[in-house]
Amino acid sequence: MSKRFHGHIRKQLEEIHQAGTYKTERILGSPQSAEIRLSDGNKVINFCANNYLGLANHPEVIKAAKAAMDDWGFGMASVRFICGTQSIHKQLEDKVSKFLGTEDTILYSSCFDANGGVFEPLLGEDSAIISDALNHASIIDGVRLCKAQRHRYAHTDMNDLEAKLKETATAKYRLIVTDGVFSMDGDIAPLPAICDLAEKYDALVMVDDSHDTGYIGRTGRGTVEHCSVEGRVDIITTTFGKALGGSSGGCISGSKEIIELLRQRSRPYIFSNTIAPPIVGAVIKILDMLNESTNFRNHVITNANYFRRGMQEVGFDIIPSATAIVPVMIYDEPLAVKMADQLLKEGIYVIGFTFPVVPIGKARIRVQLSAAHSLYHLDRAIEAFVQVGKSLKILS
Amino acid sequence: MAYSDKIRSAYQEQLQGLKDQGIFKIERYIHSVQDAEIEVEFPPGAPLKKVINICANNYLGLSSHPEVVKAAHAGLDDRGYGMSSVRFICGTQDIHKELERKITEFLGTEDTILFPSCMDANAGVFEAILSEQDVMICDRLVHASLIDGIRLCKAAQDSFKHSDMAHLEEKLILHADKRNKLVITDGVYSMDGDTAKLDEMVALCEEYDAMLLVDESHASGFIGKRGRGTHEKCGVMGKIDIITTTFGKALGGASGGCVSGRKELVELCRQKARPYLFSNTIAPSVVAGVIRVLDILSSTTERRDKLEKNANWWRKSLTEAGFVLQPGDTPIVPVMLFNAKLSQDFAKDLFSEGVYAIGFFHPVVPQGKARIRTQISAAHEMHHLEKALDAFVKVGKKYDILGKSKKDITAMYGA
Amino acid sequence: MRDKIREVVLDYVIKEYMEDQDEEITYDTALISGGFIDSFSMVSLKVFLETKYQIKLPDDKATPEAFDTVENITDLVIEFLDKK
Repeated sequence: MSKRFHGHIRKQLEEIHQAGTYKTERILGSPQSAEIRLSDGNKVINFCANNYLGLANHPEVIKAAKAAMDDWGFGMASVRFICGTQSIHKQLEDKVSKFLGTEDTILYSSCFDANGGVFEPLLGEDSAIISDALNHASIIDGVRLCKAQRHRYAHTDMNDLEAKLKETATAKYRLIVTDGVFSMDGDIAPLPAICDLAEKYDALVMVDDSHDTGYIGRTGRGTVEHCSVEGRVDIITTTFGKALGGSSGGCISGSKEIIELLRQRSRPYIFSNTIAPPIVGAVIKILDMLNESTNFRNHVITNANYFRRGMQEVGFDIIPSATAIVPVMIYDEPLAVKMADQLLKEGIYVIGFTFPVVPIGKARIRVQLSAAHSLYHLDRAIEAFVQVGKSLKILS
Repeated sequence: MAYSDKIRSAYQEQLQGLKDQGIFKIERYIHSVQDAEIEVEFPPGAPLKKVINICANNYLGLSSHPEVVKAAHAGLDDRGYGMSSVRFICGTQDIHKELERKITEFLGTEDTILFPSCMDANAGVFEAILSEQDVMICDRLVHASLIDGIRLCKAAQDSFKHSDMAHLEEKLILHADKRNKLVITDGVYSMDGDTAKLDEMVALCEEYDAMLLVDESHASGFIGKRGRGTHEKCGVMGKIDIITTTFGKALGGASGGCVSGRKELVELCRQKARPYLFSNTIAPSVVAGVIRVLDILSSTTERRDKLEKNANWWRKSLTEAGFVLQPGDTPIVPVMLFNAKLSQDFAKDLFSEGVYAIGFFHPVVPQGKARIRTQISAAHEMHHLEKALDAFVKVGKKYDILGKSKKDITAMYGA
Repeated sequence: MRDKIREVVLDYVIKEYMEDQDEEITYDTALISGGFIDSFSMVSLKVFLETKYQIKLPDDKATPEAFDTVENITDLVIEFLDKK
């Protein structure tokens, strides 16, 4: 390798270290669950997974993955169009459509790839994408790969969205894009207002429901159900890598023609293997479980409400929301990092988020609740928060 | 929702356009595990048909291998089903690190980082390590996923004629003023089955102070005496700066990919590659399966040896039968038919004869170079290959192309 | 000047892209929409023009349409030479 380049890379790595944004991984020696074992042997209670429904290590899910592997094999070694589509892939697509209340669904190896592949085939340079400023990185990448004009509106600001809709009046088609639940604040997109504006200005609506499919809404159908905008959202993208088992895979769900066109033209779909058979079998099982009972989603919502109330009662500053994401505001950057470190020593695993992931001066500990947590776990966490909060003088 | 009738019909029109051009793709639904023989429903709704499969990337026949399945079962028991987290939060297990170490050792590199797919590895690697002052010089036939990654990166772009070393040298000279130069190639080209001249490319990169990236997706596990890949075959192990490859083909075929290479480059990918930062990594069961695959391949070369033997027999037999083949020595054996329609008719007739292969035509391959691409596997036994050969000969006779040259065939069917 | 540029561009296109193609191309052959050059490989043509004529072609001008024929490419080069 070129010596010059070697030096250039070294320098970049040093800069990342100096900026304090160097990322190190924590290695788990156990399955994902309410309690996990770290590589140093310590057991901690986990509050930073997207394991909202507690299905990542559920025995029924594991059983289904094994059965699917026995019946359908380990891998397909092919893309969908050559010889990489099994009848279970079609079965899963049908189940997701029924679950989300859409016409059709197309699977991707991740929701990252779904968002990477959704825009380019649907919108040309004569069209416009209007995107919430806090949308997930994968949406930003997808938009970058698309030729349509790009516009951003201030986070959940409907006046700004309307202004952008007026600005883009000449575009052939317009697509409003938003996360359903925003991962850093845990807030829900104002879908009724977005849909009203979309109808008024003849625009399409796309929602990324990755942080809510499975547990938001009365029966866990996501933000569309929560906001009662059934039939008014044109495209839903979501993941099987969070609440729905947490392994991998994602999808785009929507009208028949849109899905059909994506199947013909969407690059991550055409050029990459789809979801492996054991994972397909497991996700099918998970959707069956969620169709049968709302216990899982009720449990995580109850847990989130209990934790949120408990933390407010002891005096923490919490961003209010109706989701399983509970941001505990610390504001000061170094203090948030220190707090997370000390909580880990107390056996509570949480992450402190600082600039640039969240705005400067808005540092926080993000707590994510799961149906896998018991009341004991929640009480332990509140106790530890109080103890560390006092020692760091965050609580009086 | 403003999915009006106007929009619906606009999309319907686009779809009809694809159908009219004859490029509308239809999926074949498979009702069995991936193997030498599969049960296919095609077209959708048709009764199931058992066919010999010669179009999978299941080169080593490990996609439904009992030992791999067993290891994946154990992975589910020991490490659970999913991680529900990205790597940096709580999505890294000890087995992920173990897999990264095993790949590093297998490929003979310094370090490795996993990605959910090789498509994601290719999408993330360029932007993570290059910026405006740099240049990416790629072979014109590299895989689409590399092109997507290149499009996401701000460095300058250029390309050289497929495997043309003099042209590559011209481009290296042309871009002498750039801070860093990265040459990009596939190890084995998926449509032609030819291999990159990595020895010559390494020499050029050394001479002109450039780095070399090789996508080994169609090579890892079976090219080279021990199956380490094109760099082993070309005698340049340890000299490739970046290898990207997949576990979705020969190495089990489930999913996942990686970037493997110089320590610093891998470290920078861990800090900056977007698909790595913003997406779950490979699921525990798949990780366990791939670890087992690497263990099998490190302990014996039996499977890649059988594959080589199968592929050599297949190539020789087709040549003797009078087909025009694209030259090469990999398990990808393209049977040249030149005319797009002929390639489709030929594939359809093969399917009736119980052999599943795909006809490729423009824009997937250049205009006038339509072909049936056959892919041989270690899962194939001689009786599979003999039956497939009989089918090729029968259909070849029907279209009267046996023993005919490119000129004869295009004279009969057009280019 | 126009004829000279046209000739240079055609010459480059033939050498750079058409070596293993049997087709003859002319000033009006549709290079990209006709399937002779993919829009990605087109980039090297852009680099060539910028180096040869000491101009800078912005990405929004260097579209597949603008690069589709030798005539179109020549128009584009002249437009930017005039701006110099």
